[in-house]
Amino acid sequence: MIDGLLVGAVYGLAAMGLSLIWGVMDVINLTHGAMIALGMFGMYLLVSFTALNPYLLLIPVIAIGLLLGIFVYWLAVHWVVGRAQLMSLLSTFAVNMMVIGIGTAIWSTSPYNINFSLRGITLGAYTFTGNHIAAAISAVFIALALELFLYRTQPGKAIRAVADNREAAELMGISSTAVLAIAFGIGIALAVGSGALVSTLFPFTILSGAVYQLKSFVVTVLAGLGKPLGALGAGVALGLLEGAVTPFIAVSWIPLIEFGLFVVALILFPRGIFARSTA
Amino acid sequence: MIFRRPMFWITLLLAAFFIYLPLRNNDAAMREDLILVAVAIILVSNLNLMIGYTGYVNFGHIVFYGLGGYVGLYLITGRGWHLLSAALAAGVVVSLCALLFGLGILRLRGAYFALATVGILVAVDAFVSNFDLWGRSTGMYLSFESYEPLGGAMHALWVTYYLIIGVMVLSMLLSLAIKRSKFGLGLFAIREDEDAAVVLGINTTVYKAIIYSLSAFLPAVAGALMFFKNGMIDPEIAFEYMLSIEGIVMLMLGGQGTVLGAALGAGLYERLRSYLLTSPKLSNFHLVIAGGLLLIVVLFASGGLIGWLYKFVPRSHKVIE
Amino acid sequence: MSDLLEVRGVSKRFGGLHAVSDVSFNLHEGEILGLIGPNGAGKTTLFNIVNGVYKPDKGTITFAGKDITGLAPNEAVKMGLARTHQIVKPLNSLSVLDNVTVGACFGRESLGLHAARNTARQVLDRVGLGGRADSSARNLTLAGKKRLEVARALAAKPTLLLLDEVLAGLNPTEITQMIELVRKIRDDGVAVFMIEHVMQAIMKLSDRIVVLNFGKKLAEGSPMEVAGDPQVIEAYLGDENIAEKLMEKN
Repeated sequence: MIDGLLVGAVYGLAAMGLSLIWGVMDVINLTHGAMIALGMFGMYLLVSFTALNPYLLLIPVIAIGLLLGIFVYWLAVHWVVGRAQLMSLLSTFAVNMMVIGIGTAIWSTSPYNINFSLRGITLGAYTFTGNHIAAAISAVFIALALELFLYRTQPGKAIRAVADNREAAELMGISSTAVLAIAFGIGIALAVGSGALVSTLFPFTILSGAVYQLKSFVVTVLAGLGKPLGALGAGVALGLLEGAVTPFIAVSWIPLIEFGLFVVALILFPRGIFARSTA
Repeated sequence: MIFRRPMFWITLLLAAFFIYLPLRNNDAAMREDLILVAVAIILVSNLNLMIGYTGYVNFGHIVFYGLGGYVGLYLITGRGWHLLSAALAAGVVVSLCALLFGLGILRLRGAYFALATVGILVAVDAFVSNFDLWGRSTGMYLSFESYEPLGGAMHALWVTYYLIIGVMVLSMLLSLAIKRSKFGLGLFAIREDEDAAVVLGINTTVYKAIIYSLSAFLPAVAGALMFFKNGMIDPEIAFEYMLSIEGIVMLMLGGQGTVLGAALGAGLYERLRSYLLTSPKLSNFHLVIAGGLLLIVVLFASGGLIGWLYKFVPRSHKVIE
Repeated sequence: MSDLLEVRGVSKRFGGLHAVSDVSFNLHEGEILGLIGPNGAGKTTLFNIVNGVYKPDKGTITFAGKDITGLAPNEAVKMGLARTHQIVKPLNSLSVLDNVTVGACFGRESLGLHAARNTARQVLDRVGLGGRADSSARNLTLAGKKRLEVARALAAKPTLLLLDEVLAGLNPTEITQMIELVRKIRDDGVAVFMIEHVMQAIMKLSDRIVVLNFGKKLAEGSPMEVAGDPQVIEAYLGDENIAEKLMEKN
């Protein structure tokens, strides 16, 4: 159960990237899963080459994620931001196909693994694996950093301004293109980072991202767009729910249940459970 | 009526080609190639009704095909039905299922609807994989006897081919008829501005339900025919997510919203796909190339090949639609 | 003159905001009723309630003797209500003719495609867009789009037309033309309920005016009465002689 809570924090982190991009530029980023998978492989490569502690390598991985995000923004998103939401859906989906295609060509679909274990903690009858704890702490830390960034720094406020009202922000002298590119970059960096953390917990393939993408959607819709701490909370809730349900139901039903949750939440709460109701 | 439209005759001409080409030399290999193209045209034409006409992107379209295959095959092996009645029944049953799904998800707009359709695909896949009556993950098989009513396996292959061509013609003509009808105009209004459409008097709830259900019918019939021809079905080959996505690529490539565009995109892409999958070097890049094509179309040519044609030869609007 | 539209005690809240509070008024057959008030007064919300986009929390809407409270917009059209939007909603990829044909097909008389097209052509000529029938709707100027919006609504053969700031964004010449069009519409027997900020126009056009402020009805009466009302002057007009000044100009 506590494992569910810890993994949930990582779910929350994974969702934050999706939620941020969705909230800021009304783009549903369908590369999300592929980017998570790239984060997994990125961490794997760095650990293989440097044999350093993965939690230290998290920083360069996230930095690369940021650059990757900005690149993808220019490739596929910039041109479709103003157009119908469906266009960005299709363009990001196209990029997703390409990344998965290249990834499969390079790494095939066999599982990969990172051999690194932190010592766990044992409290009474429960053992908490060190990796899980470290992952959860990293997730919470990053979430808080993001919240601080968005609400206490200039660039962060610029991002929120553009999210609120793009035209008005431009009239204030904010270059919305730069802001959107950076926001997208951060969104991808978060996805990559969460993938990197997951790689320390479970074996993975290039297709593993898809599962986390689904969870990210559920979390985002439950928490509302662009709310990092809300995403963290909803992620933990999802993790707990999974933990509670898994002993009773075959694993293959879980994606279905999560999808069901997603659709129901969309129908009942178009603006997220935690959204305040306004006109 | 639609007989006056040039596109009607272009469709029949296309069908004539499909019938004639393999018949010329009794070429079974060509027939197998062409049947895949025909199925692609069926799927994409019906997908066009949702995406091109109504503006609702269906990511899970293949579910109708697979489900049709299951219903059809079950009626044939489990209940001893004849192919034709089984195929028709499959169409009706799956359309009714679509109506049911639609009740849940058609109230969602735009991208949310698109994502929910994936949910439908996942849900049906999961359900069928656990459904005893339909063989769970193993699926169902046809014994050779099932082909006897059609004159044996060899003959059955040809019969199914012609039936598929028939469904292909129906799909294209259905698209054409709708496009030229009041119903079609209502769909276009929904696509352009759904809120305005309601205010203009269109019962958007009913219209969307009808078109979603209709877009399921012929693919389901085709599914029943094809899986009968192939002799077996299991959840993996019935509900291939990739095929759904490729359907979207084909439609965008050819020109969404047009009858010929759907056929053109399906035909071209299907050939490309066959080439890629059999080429030793390129088979891994099938996904990359499909993605690249989709990206290029979305960014630079959202009207696809036909849209491009319309731009450079405005008169073609009257002939090609 | 009987009452075509009766609005009784209509209220609508959005969260903590009382968009419309206990508003009541009547609209007579064949009249042009103006609706004015400061921004945020609830005018468009009121329109949305009348035509069914929103359900009111309280109150009733009666149209031609029938209760249409909460009736869906597409049903309201069948009863004879049509509206235009403040921010125009052209069906962009469709031609001007097709746009108006939609209005005719799904309006009060559910016409077939062929008959609807003919009606559409007539309406387009009536509003002066006949020459642009085959243009793509997105290629029209703003004035053209506004006229298209009106044509589309007229094609539905309504008995009551709701115009939401149909003059906004138009230059003086275009305004004069649109005023002429509204008069023509009324002369053809269609009652008009119009939201407007262009005071000169609304004073000239309206038979009567309803004033809203903060969701409440402030006044109702002839243009002169309303313009002379001290509450209205304070809340919205500013100038107590404005009526004279506006009426003076021809």
